[in-house]
Amino acid sequence: MALTSETFTYVATLVRQRSAIMLEPGKEYLVESRLLPLAREAGVAGVDDYVRSVRRTSRPQDLELMVEALTTNETSWFRDSAPFTALTADIVPELIASRGALLRLRVWSAACSTGQEPYSIAMTLAEDVRCRGTQLEIVATDLSDQVLGRAKEGLYSQLEVNRGLPAPMLVRHFSREGAGWRISRELRAKISFERHNLLHAPPAGPRFDLVFLRNVLIYFDQPTKQAILRRVQQHMAPDGFLVLGAAETTVGLDDTWERVAISRGSVYRPRQGAR
Amino acid sequence: MRALVIDDSRAMRRIVGGILRGFGYETIDAGNGQEALDALAEHGPVELACIDWNMPVMDGLTFVNRVREQPELRGVTLMMVTTESEHGHIVRALAAGAHEYVIKPFTADAIRDKLDLLGLLPMEETV
Repeated sequence: MALTSETFTYVATLVRQRSAIMLEPGKEYLVESRLLPLAREAGVAGVDDYVRSVRRTSRPQDLELMVEALTTNETSWFRDSAPFTALTADIVPELIASRGALLRLRVWSAACSTGQEPYSIAMTLAEDVRCRGTQLEIVATDLSDQVLGRAKEGLYSQLEVNRGLPAPMLVRHFSREGAGWRISRELRAKISFERHNLLHAPPAGPRFDLVFLRNVLIYFDQPTKQAILRRVQQHMAPDGFLVLGAAETTVGLDDTWERVAISRGSVYRPRQGAR
Repeated sequence: MRALVIDDSRAMRRIVGGILRGFGYETIDAGNGQEALDALAEHGPVELACIDWNMPVMDGLTFVNRVREQPELRGVTLMMVTTESEHGHIVRALAAGAHEYVIKPFTADAIRDKLDLLGLLPMEETV
């Protein structure tokens, strides 16, 4: 689902005219990943079709929305910080309490974009002494091949590593490469990147102990959200945890999840015997 | 909350100071490490110091070392804000006692993310 050069040129010109931000060739992944939510919201299958329809109607609010989507800030490391704090403060201790020991941990980072989330999870767990003997596997997925390509590379610009990555973690887990920073091979090896559409069954393999599904449900209508949550739960360990975005909740959407309070937010667990 | 902005470039002090004031900080400027130590002696401890590396009279790393020698300044969070971007520089600054490290050029959001990590973002500004 690569973007046509016509779409890219049109969007890049629009963004440059309205925001002075230059989208150089090679930033197709950015256009695709940022505009895809708008396309979904408009009920259009892909970004090319969406941009074509916006061009045709040329409604000022659509053009504005597109520019805004492309000029908001890049993904942060440890975005919203609370879930990562909860990982070591609540989730790991809870799983150890319910299982006796954490021999293996299988994590799904859904809609992982350029990889900051799965790498942040990997860094957090790598630094937790209780996970020293844990066999960690993170499956990171996204709809866009282009963002996945970047995520797999694990090479980030100076501007990107400035965004929310604690300096001690930067020096421990990255090395300089040219003008950028490359994530360590050890962390990279814990993550498998796969193309995945949330409208389909979750990635194959054993049940997930932990699912990060953040800031993505907002792009779907209610029945689709419910279907996604149901599929996630079917592929999760009964004592596993679901992490949603700070502004998202299962409450009022799917009562088979139990809300667990953490410091500055909530995570969710399958309600015992609910399904 | 008070922050010390230490940079020999007035333009850079204005940029960093402006960002911090946007987050509700009161800022004090210093043109080098020695001026910053003098400011601390005069005004007392601050919550945060944003520190350039290369400055005349006293550089940022020396300032970090000097602050860490003074137990009464233990509560000052030290954040390097510098063009020095080598792995070894960051390691040296952290070993000397700096808490965080921002590499120039940076955006206001980068400063905000770091303050959030350090727990130094006033709550009303975190939305």
